[in-house]
Amino acid sequence: MDFTLSKEQQMARQLFRDFAVKEVEPLAREIDEEHRFPDETVEKMHKYGFMGIPFSKEYGGQGCDTLTYVLAVEELSRVCGTTGVIVSAHTSLAAGAIDSKGTAEQKEKYLRALNTDKLGAFALTEPDAGTDAGSQRTTAVSDGDEYVLNGSKIFITNAGPADIYVVFAMTDASQGTRGISAFIVEKGRPGFDFGLAEKKMGIHGSSTRELIFTDCRIPRENLLGREGKGFGLAMGTLDGGRIGIAAQAVGIAQGALDKTIAYVKERKQFGRAISKFQNTQFQLANMATEIESARYLTYLAAEKKDTGERYSYEAAMAKLKASRTANYVSSLAVQLHGGYGYIQDYDVERMMRDAKITEIYEGTSEVMQMVISGSLLG
Amino acid sequence: MAYKGVFTFAEQIDGVLTNVSYELIGKARDLAKDLDEDVTAVLLGEKISHLAPELIAGGADRVLYLDRAELKVYRTEPYTQAMTYVIEEYKPEILLIGATALGRDLGPRLAARVHTGLTADCTALEIDPENKELRMTRPAFGGNLMATILCADHRPQMATVRPGVMVREVADPERAGEIIQLDFKPEKNDCYVTVEEIAKKIGQHVDITEADVLVAGGRGVGGAEGFAILQELADVLGGEMAASRAVVDAGWQAKERQVGQTGKTVRPGLYFAVGISGAIQHLAGMEEAEYIVAINKNPDAAIFSVADVGIVGDLFEIVPKLIAALKKEI
Amino acid sequence: MKIIVCIKQVPDTNEVRINPETGTLMREGVPSIMNPDDKAALEAALRIKDASGARVIGLSMGPRQAEDVLREALAMGADECYLLTDRAFGGADTWATSSTLAAAIKQIGCDLVLTGRQAIDGDTAQVGPGIAEHLGMPNLSYAEDIRIDGSDVIVRQQYDDSIYTVRAAMPALVTVLSELNEPRYMTPGGIFDAYREKELTVWGRDDIEIEDENIGLKGSPTRVAKSFPKSVKAPGMTINEGADESVQFIVDKLKEKYIL
Repeated sequence: MDFTLSKEQQMARQLFRDFAVKEVEPLAREIDEEHRFPDETVEKMHKYGFMGIPFSKEYGGQGCDTLTYVLAVEELSRVCGTTGVIVSAHTSLAAGAIDSKGTAEQKEKYLRALNTDKLGAFALTEPDAGTDAGSQRTTAVSDGDEYVLNGSKIFITNAGPADIYVVFAMTDASQGTRGISAFIVEKGRPGFDFGLAEKKMGIHGSSTRELIFTDCRIPRENLLGREGKGFGLAMGTLDGGRIGIAAQAVGIAQGALDKTIAYVKERKQFGRAISKFQNTQFQLANMATEIESARYLTYLAAEKKDTGERYSYEAAMAKLKASRTANYVSSLAVQLHGGYGYIQDYDVERMMRDAKITEIYEGTSEVMQMVISGSLLG
Repeated sequence: MAYKGVFTFAEQIDGVLTNVSYELIGKARDLAKDLDEDVTAVLLGEKISHLAPELIAGGADRVLYLDRAELKVYRTEPYTQAMTYVIEEYKPEILLIGATALGRDLGPRLAARVHTGLTADCTALEIDPENKELRMTRPAFGGNLMATILCADHRPQMATVRPGVMVREVADPERAGEIIQLDFKPEKNDCYVTVEEIAKKIGQHVDITEADVLVAGGRGVGGAEGFAILQELADVLGGEMAASRAVVDAGWQAKERQVGQTGKTVRPGLYFAVGISGAIQHLAGMEEAEYIVAINKNPDAAIFSVADVGIVGDLFEIVPKLIAALKKEI
Repeated sequence: MKIIVCIKQVPDTNEVRINPETGTLMREGVPSIMNPDDKAALEAALRIKDASGARVIGLSMGPRQAEDVLREALAMGADECYLLTDRAFGGADTWATSSTLAAAIKQIGCDLVLTGRQAIDGDTAQVGPGIAEHLGMPNLSYAEDIRIDGSDVIVRQQYDDSIYTVRAAMPALVTVLSELNEPRYMTPGGIFDAYREKELTVWGRDDIEIEDENIGLKGSPTRVAKSFPKSVKAPGMTINEGADESVQFIVDKLKEKYIL
């Protein structure tokens, strides 16, 4: 059991860290304050292959392993939770779904585009279908050599800036979850519109919008996988997405810890740096320990995924642990900053606001517990 | 024939001798005294013979010059051939070259051609009293350390010296010396290049190494506009404005104003370091200033360790008030 | 077209600190990086490759761990790399270093050699021109722009107060300023290729044709007699008062020192 990163992975981590510090960190506060999607960052990340890390070179991907992708999301999230989720939703969910069940033609057309210059999004959630993802109301009716989509999706990450959407819809309501199918829908398709951007607690730079389908016609060949197999595809893809979110959460937590360590060394009260007080020291120890355990669970899930074996259990544990850790650490980070932690000039309040969503999206912590206990109880 | 004599390379651009050429002679005189030898300046160019007496007045005992059309504009190969000829004919013990862009191009090529050692950017040169070898001291490791270098078994011992480091002699027009015109023709070969164009750098030509007062700004100034008050302070004191590397990299000031390891070395009588943190690379370029005043918001800035006067505060509050106070005094 | 880029692994001298108690250099824990001027040279080579096709070959002389910067070069897009490493090369000054690199370049063969202007640890800017001399090539220093025109290279050289535009027939050597360009990042796929797909050849003393008298410490005309920390100037007075008091303090001190 080798717990060290390979030379390639170490070099990749350094690359992601350098990029994050130089290109992403300077914008983090600004995009949060202005609720601005960082187009320029996404363009740079596409240019340097950060948007297609775990996919085959055959379709323009970088040909790396899942762990290398996790390192990217972790390092980006360390300085900007928004940038981390943009990459994660695009890679694990949108590109991941197409990589998993796409035909060669679909991969050539869509996966290549996602790997090299287009942004993707994954649209499963509906107003009445959150944790109960099977209750899809969006319909896709077969009509000649087209499908016609009607319905709406909410809380879709990257909605708006993304060009390529993996959309789930009911092709046969009588079959329940076995009547759900997956489709690839391009932005600009007539009948495909966006609702207003949601105003969120955190990850303000991430574009979260509603998708509205009104008699939206798409070509038959945009069916992804087989009719009726969409739910299975969604669940399988979300397993991979959970590893991405776990990585985002680990990154946010680490970023919060880094800021706090720097702060407590400088802040003086009662004639000395507050890092000299045992309470501060003990809290930092706890934070670091939680982060390290969340990190290794995440790396474990990433490695397991690449073996080809089932990894839902490990992925759920990683996300459950990492998201709890991100919330615990970032909240404590604000506390250790005292009054300054509440002020927007200090990044920890943003990190705390960003952390919360990791316990909710791509499967709530409750769902993670369902998956884990389901496995335990057989 | 034994190697003898302290030689310097006299750099001229467009028929004007650069200041470092005189500084080298100043230092060469000290070395020659310790060796009981003479100072020879070597001058290359076209129609430059009128510069020879200036070099004698500057302290050279002898000037060797070569006047050829192909030497009008500096090119590595013909200059290297000419200097190789001088070395082979005259066998100098020591050869000093200014560490200008030209000197740092010519020096290494020449040293390699005659297979001798070259020590770059020397800040101190001395003759070892026991074995009469040249001891060359220079900053190393990015300016974090000093190193003393020897070239024991090869001749000439070659060194480049940065402008503004050595001190020139007071010119003495009465000095007597020998002026010899050399007869050597550089030969065209594969190493010849064609100079297609020479463009003078745009913008006011500022030589911060000549200023006695410098007001230098760093990242703390925040942007190009902030430098206006530094320029005003420099004007009030009759000095020049300078900049740290970060400022030049950010495009707020021109490279010719850069002080530091990869910029210029300066030794003004008064140096203001405003909004400059004091990284080693910067200190390397200015710590020999006579009097240093530092202004910085950060009480832990490294610049305060070399400043004679350190002010912790906001430069945008302090500098305007300082300008007003100085105007009253001057 | 074959381009060889000479690359040096250096300690990040920007990160070096002086031990406040002993006044000595704290070298441990200082990260090693690709020399910035060399990175710019590599970027220049890669841009020529992007524009008109070329084979870009990285070359370094150093201890075994210098392999890291060559892997980085491969990850950025170099096609193959050579590492010259041997105890016999150790202790080399710029003559011995340039001789050794020139011998390797002669063996590999190329149209253009690109090097950085100077290394941030040695700061001599001598190795590039030295290599050119050993190979009998023209050297064009301080390039702020490089263009290929048929079998010629055209360089804009940054002299102290002028810019020279100079043309030379290849093979030629150009030394590059880090201001020349903004080097590209590696790509994750490039990193994997650097370790798994691309060739990195390690050469020892016996793999190149060179005389003993031109390598290593014994082949160096110059040597370091001693190195020592700079004498620390005693700090003067630092005050943290209001603006008016500060200004008065400065004026008083300047008068005291007869500067005013």
